[in-house]
Formats: sequence, C-alpha cells, structure tokens
Amino acid sequence: MISKIRKGIPALALLVAAAVAGQAQAADRIVKIDGSSTVYPVTEAVAEDFQKAKKGEIKVTVGISGTGGGFKKFCRGETDISDASRPILKKEMDACKAAGIKYIELPVAYDALTVVVNPKNDWIKSMTVDELKKIWEPAAQGKVTKWNQVNPAWPDAPIKLYGPGADSGTFDYFTEAIVGKSKSSRGDFTASEDDNVLVQGVSRDKNALGYFGYSYYSENAKKLKAVPIVEKAGKPAVSPSFDTVKNGTYQPLSRPVFIYVNASSVDKPEVREFIDYYLKSAPKLAREVKMVPLPEKAYKLAQDNFKKKKTGTGFGGEPEVGVSVEELLQREGKH
Amino acid sequence: MNQPNINEMRGLIARHKRWDIIFAIVGLVCLLVGILTLLALFGQLVAEGLPRLKPGFFISFPSRSAEEAGILSAWVGTTLVMLVTALAAVPLGVASAIYLEEYAPKNWLTAVIEINVTNLAGVPSIVYGLLALGLFVYQLDLGQSILSAGLTLALLILPVVIVATREALRAVPGSIREAAYALGATRWQMVSNHVLPYSQGGIMTGVIIGLSRAIGETAPIITIGALTFIAFLPHPPVTGEFPYLSFAWLKDPFTVMPIQMFNWTSRPEEAFQHNAAAAGVVLLGMTLLMNGVAIWLRYRIRKRIKW
Repeated sequence: MISKIRKGIPALALLVAAAVAGQAQAADRIVKIDGSSTVYPVTEAVAEDFQKAKKGEIKVTVGISGTGGGFKKFCRGETDISDASRPILKKEMDACKAAGIKYIELPVAYDALTVVVNPKNDWIKSMTVDELKKIWEPAAQGKVTKWNQVNPAWPDAPIKLYGPGADSGTFDYFTEAIVGKSKSSRGDFTASEDDNVLVQGVSRDKNALGYFGYSYYSENAKKLKAVPIVEKAGKPAVSPSFDTVKNGTYQPLSRPVFIYVNASSVDKPEVREFIDYYLKSAPKLAREVKMVPLPEKAYKLAQDNFKKKKTGTGFGGEPEVGVSVEELLQREGKH
Repeated sequence: MNQPNINEMRGLIARHKRWDIIFAIVGLVCLLVGILTLLALFGQLVAEGLPRLKPGFFISFPSRSAEEAGILSAWVGTTLVMLVTALAAVPLGVASAIYLEEYAPKNWLTAVIEINVTNLAGVPSIVYGLLALGLFVYQLDLGQSILSAGLTLALLILPVVIVATREALRAVPGSIREAAYALGATRWQMVSNHVLPYSQGGIMTGVIIGLSRAIGETAPIITIGALTFIAFLPHPPVTGEFPYLSFAWLKDPFTVMPIQMFNWTSRPEEAFQHNAAAAGVVLLGMTLLMNGVAIWLRYRIRKRIKW
C-alpha cells in the first residue's frame, strides 16, 4: 500500500502544480457584509432575494460579529457593508479614518426595544421611564430588589431581571435611553446574548421583567406581556407596535438600525446594485422579519444620499435618543 | 480438612462473589448514565427534527423562512473543511509520531516535546482559533477561507493524531523490528514496510477520533470568520478542462454545520428550532458515518495482517 502511494506522489504533485498554475480565473462578484445580529434578519432577507433575482451571478455573504465586531472588520477594509444596530462611535470613526475608509450611513428600519413581563403579572399596566430608570440604574444594584420599592402600589415581591449582555447594541441603546448613559446599568441581572433565553426566563417567572428586540416579543406574544411605556409625566402610555413606532409615539425605546457602506466599494457595480435593491425592498422585507419599516420619505432620502455618495455619519460618534430618521439623513456628514 | 473450615471458605467465596456482582451493577449503571443521556438527547433531536429531514433540507440554502431553509452550504462547507483538515493533520501527525517513536533519541529535549504534545491536546479550542486568526488569516494572508479553517482544525487535532499514532506504533511487537533489521533493512524500510502497515488500523482510529472532534467545533471557526448566511457553493474542486482539478475552493468563504445550528437556535421563530434539531441529527449522522467507515477500514486492514 505504501509503495503504491509512493509511486502516486509525483503524479499528484504535478497535477496540483498544474491546478495551482491554472488559478488565474475571473474574480468573483461578491458583496461582503458583517455586523449586528439585530440587523441580520433584514440583511439576510435582502441577500436571499437579491441572489435569487440575480440568479447567482452576484454572491452575497452575511456574518454576525455584533455591531462592534462588524465595525472592526469594516474599518480594516475587509467588508463592503457593515450592519449596525447603533450609529458608529467616535473610536470606530477614528479607526476608519486612520485606514482611509469613508462610509455612507443608511438607516434601513426601526427596531422597538420591548419591555416585557410575565402574562400572570397583573399589577403592571404601564411603566414610566423614571420607574424603569429606578430599576435599571447602577445605583439600584443590590438595593432595588422588590416591586414595591419602585412604586408603592406594586406588591411586596422580588423583581427578577433579564436583559441582554454588555456586548449587545440593544444593551447600549436601552441604557442610553433609560438611564441616560450608554452601558451604564446595574450588573445583578440575568444576562444572555441569546434572546430566546431571556424569553424563556420571563415567561416562566411571574415576578420577572426583561427587555429585548420587538421580533422576539412578537413571536412569543402568548407567553409574554409587553409593557406600555410612558415617556414623560402627562404623556399617554404607548405600547410597542408597527404603528406606534412608525408614527414616532413609541419613545424613547424605538431606534433606527443602519447599514454602513464602504464608499470605495460603491465603485463596484455589484455593491451598487445590492444597495439599490436593499433600499427598494426594505419596506416589505423589514415587515416580514418583524422590524418596522421607515417612512417612505426616509427611504427616498437614503437613496438620494447613496446616489450622491454622501459620506460620514449624522451622529457625532455619540449615541442619541429620539432623532427622526429624516432629520438625520439631511444632516451634514461628520467624519 | 474439617467441616467448619469448609463452611468458612464457602462464606468467603460467597462474599467475594457478592462484591463481584455489586461491581458489575455499578459499572453497568455508570455505562448507562452516559449511553442513556446520549440516547435521550438524540431521541429528542430526532423527535423535534424529523419532520424537517426531507431531501429538500439537504439541497436548499439558508433562508428567512424556516420551511425553505436548508443546510446545503453548511454540509458542503463542513465536508470541505474536514477534507483539508484530514489532508493536513494526517501526514503531519503520523510523521511526527513516527519520528518520536522510532527515530528520536531518548533525551530531555524529546521528553519536553512529548509532554508538550500531550498538553496541547488539552488546550481550549478558542486558543487555536485566536492563533489561527493571527497566523493564517492575517500573517499568511489566507483570508477567512476554507483553507484557514481546515488548517486551524488540523492544528487542533494534531496532538490527538500524534498520541494515537504513537500508541499504535508501540503496539507493534519489537520482534518485528528486530527481524527487519536482521534481514538488513534500514530504519526507514523497517518503518515503511512493516511497522506502518501493521499499525494502520490504530492510526486510522486516532485520525477519526480527531476528525470527530473537529467536525463539531464552532468556537475557533467563528473566530477566524466563518459566515452565517451564505447561499452559494464554493468553486467545484473538479473542472471540465485541463488540469481537471481546481483549488479555487480553498480560498472561498464558507459556513459549517455547528454555526448554522447555532444561528437557528437563536432565532425568534419556533420553526427554526426544528431546523436546528434536524441539522443536529445530520451532524451526528456524519460523525457516526465517519466512525463507521473507520471501523470497516480497521476490520479490512486487520484481516490482511499476517504475522
């Protein structure tokens, strides 16, 4: 057997050498995307339909590295498009600038962070942002452990808290919107990057309170109860839904999600075609994956920005709560 | 011999036999803990995933709708990565083992190498992933490709292959080696004509154990950048024109079965959980198939050996 192998080696080596030499074939037309798991369902849906529409002529790959991980690859020039559930941050802007990478910021849909309780919970009719802050701020750690400490009308029962882990863009946005400072949260809650774990936790515990993206709530609406949110005293309590997010009344927990396109990738026709397809089909596909589409006008503005190759971010590297997408798209791009 | 003494001995024997039975039961229970857990898990996976295990599941790409989604890109990716892993790990591992077992002088340097090889088998797989990210993906510029993934997993299973191969070589009786030398064989002739053919079965087992570990690995593959959504296949390895073989697939982006499963378990829709279970059944099936092939090969090789 060994001797047979020995005779085969030169022939095989020759074949390998010939094959390697014959490598110079036409380069693939490929669009590389990576980033947030929140934006992933929309991008995946678009990528799926786009490849079908192009009959496989253009290849699209989508990875999930998280918003931060996605920007790391993006600013090294490894990807054409980065999915982001929050705007690009200062240090990521700097990294891109250092690598000479310019980008076009395009909002593609809204996500509604949903605060949920167990369906057996009969004392919560709505919650104010202040009440949520009392529960989630860092000072509450180890101190606020019972429902009646937040509101005397609520029972003397322990609060069990569930939320996403600190690497998640959802965590960043929730803490920014509720506590007032990004990443500032109490630490003694059950954290999981897997939202299904949070769904299970809240659905099994009468005293539980948790938050995650709207799609996880709407798929499990029988097992959970969404809490209507009162933005400020005097305002009505608003439940998360397609309509309340779209008309801007569900505040402060609805947020736009983005794709960032590498400006030099735009010269590639496949990337251009993909983005055109993305912005055209996003209203339909976002709804299908339980995200809220932007208003028609916003998609028009996004298309204009893309055509004009308007680079930079509408944010200043700082997260902002409650900006309208139209306003954002008309702002001067910062680099 | 008097009467009481015999009774005493009978008692002693009965006591010892009792212990014998007790140990047999304890041993059986221990075995069942492992087997039943595996069976229960497998049963649950099958029960949950069976409705999805239709031909379409194997020839469809991932999709946003659970019913249309399939594992085509995942199982092709896994197969190709395993191919690269085997091609890299087997020659390296077997050659290292032969050197250590048959050639290396017995000194402190060899001892250090041996200890390190054994220790490497216990290094967490994510560490290999980080190493590979720096070395293969960036330094050697292989990119986030099938080649990088295959080489990473090859590194991961190398210690397993080396240790198993050494065991197999050691099982060949010393008299065979001496007989070969007596007939004037060089060391390499002795190894290639006698020791290696006789130990092939054991080496094969080691390789399969290694590959079975590699096939389920997720962490290092994610680290080097396997993708989650990929709805096209790598370039075909065989082409219609000369030289008929193409290696373009080595540089292609890919996904593998465990990543596809993981992605599905984290979806909000219930239906994707069934897809994940079905993918789990397929992955277990692939592992069983590999083990089956190994057993069959070993059986055939054993039959041919005549000492």
